[in-house]
Amino acid sequence: MNRWLPFEWIAAVRFLREGRMQTLFIISGIAIGVGVIVFMSALLTGLEANFIKRVLTSQPHIQLIPPDQIARPQRNGPKVLEDAIVQRPSQRVISIDQWLKIRDRMLALPEVTAASPTMAGSALAIRGAASRAISISGVEPTSYFKIVRVPDYIVSGEARLTNQDIIIGIELAKDLGAVVGDKLNIQAASGTTMVLTVTGLVDLGNKGVNQRTTYVALRTAQSLLGVIGGVTTIDMTVQDIYAAETLAKLIEASNHVEADSWIVTNAQFFTAVQAQEISNTMIRLFVALSVAFGIAAVLVVSVIQRSKDIGILRAMGTSRGQILRVFLLQGGMLGFVGALLGSAMGAAGLIYWHSAMRLADGSELFPLILERSLFIDAAVLATLTGLLAAMAPALRAAKLDPAEAIRG
Amino acid sequence: MADEVLRLENVCKVYNVGRPSETEVLHDIDFALEHGEFLALIGPSGSGKSTLLNIVGLLDRPTSGRLTIKGEDTSLLGDAAITHLRGHTIGFVFQDHHLISAFSALENVMMPLLADAGFPSPEITKRAQDLMARVDLEKVAGNMAMNMSGGQQQRVAIARALAMNPDLVLADEPTGNLDTKSADSVFELMRQVNRESGTSFLVVTHNLDLARRCDRIIEVIDGRIAH
Repeated sequence: MNRWLPFEWIAAVRFLREGRMQTLFIISGIAIGVGVIVFMSALLTGLEANFIKRVLTSQPHIQLIPPDQIARPQRNGPKVLEDAIVQRPSQRVISIDQWLKIRDRMLALPEVTAASPTMAGSALAIRGAASRAISISGVEPTSYFKIVRVPDYIVSGEARLTNQDIIIGIELAKDLGAVVGDKLNIQAASGTTMVLTVTGLVDLGNKGVNQRTTYVALRTAQSLLGVIGGVTTIDMTVQDIYAAETLAKLIEASNHVEADSWIVTNAQFFTAVQAQEISNTMIRLFVALSVAFGIAAVLVVSVIQRSKDIGILRAMGTSRGQILRVFLLQGGMLGFVGALLGSAMGAAGLIYWHSAMRLADGSELFPLILERSLFIDAAVLATLTGLLAAMAPALRAAKLDPAEAIRG
Repeated sequence: MADEVLRLENVCKVYNVGRPSETEVLHDIDFALEHGEFLALIGPSGSGKSTLLNIVGLLDRPTSGRLTIKGEDTSLLGDAAITHLRGHTIGFVFQDHHLISAFSALENVMMPLLADAGFPSPEITKRAQDLMARVDLEKVAGNMAMNMSGGQQQRVAIARALAMNPDLVLADEPTGNLDTKSADSVFELMRQVNRESGTSFLVVTHNLDLARRCDRIIEVIDGRIAH
């Protein structure tokens, strides 16, 4: 006997060892349960991280835009409307009023990690006989590339943007028959035309987006769209992506701008992420419950099987507290050992799944994220579940009348 | 009185009090057991011997009357104190020996000492080995309890009952499941412990031959002491 182990541990281990098959089956059950939880949690964390990375590195977390232009009805005196119907005005390309001040204010917020002005509008890209409608984003590369990782999406050329440069989507390049180094005629709706050189081709992961997207320098866009010195949006990234909407509301309340968070602009995606999290939580909860009931069932049977032993131990002077601890420990040990095996199973399954499931281009479907905290949490939670599940059988064992237990 | 290990005064035991199935199992039991005495408790099946033994062993409480162990009135004690008194004063030997199958013979003997001390120690192991030697089983001390013969198991049970050096050993038909030779050997072992250590024994038996070899016999019939 190990002299460092207390009586309760020795008895608990021996009881579990003696009921080998029973112990083996319940540990297998717990291991499968924990394995499913570990596998699903890590898989979903990886998928979610991947989705979020793809979505949030190709668009800002919060975008500030000028408020909508509203037509106000003329009045012919107090409470008297001149016209019953007021036509909704078209939205001209206008600049954010005092955008430099607003950008500096945004950068001073602790929640904001980057802010960059953008001049956005539409134009026509012409190369030879081919022409395509495009959306132009005029950006300051240094600050903008911290928000939208354009260099990461470059598939050809480089992410260079001087006043004569343009980066275009791969589909647009295909439509225009352009490659890096070619010149494009960019014509704004006002008639202003510029000749720009293609410095890079980007793949943003969406065909429609790749057909329209172009990036130019901020000053180039301002000249082309006729809004000298102005910007149409201020793009930002924030520390906590899930707090983006709250922050957007606060910014809107204290500045003369509209603030759209990625949560609103990607409502469907965000709902999908939330639904995934809820379903994952529900699955984990029900698996944990079935594990808990499994442990409790085995220990209830064990208490019945061992009632004579319990009676003898009580007759020999073992206290109710000691008996209680013997059975609680059994629950905790089952949970802990099951969690260790389950974590190993979950991790092995995940590694296999990660290597087997590949996208058509051979790249990974999701990043393999095996955080130590996941395994620690699984072990702690499974042990606690085991202890809790063992509570009822342990109390029952502790309350057994020794005389009746011995009599059987 | 000073030498008394045990005294029962007007002890009654009633089951299902206040219900239609109320049954009085023991009626006004009065007797005392002196230090070093070897007492046989005989009587037909269902006469209340086992109930009486459970009450004396502090496994059950009397409905009325007083049970004094080593001068201490047990009716005033709470559950923890009863458990402590039982562990330190009383040893049990059962008809079916009731060894714990998850442990070896030696470990079964260590159990009461371990439950009391909380942790194993060389002293506990030494004490258990000495007791195994005393019951002549030192060579098979490491065997699992269930791999021993009935007589050997009962000897282990006696060693276990003596582990805490109790003042009183209660034996409920300790030879009931043994052949004549083993029964005689086990009984002689208890007698020897009684003589050498002065431990008092209260032995429930159906075997009149063995009962006659005790210091005193008490017969229980229908829950009353006959003589």
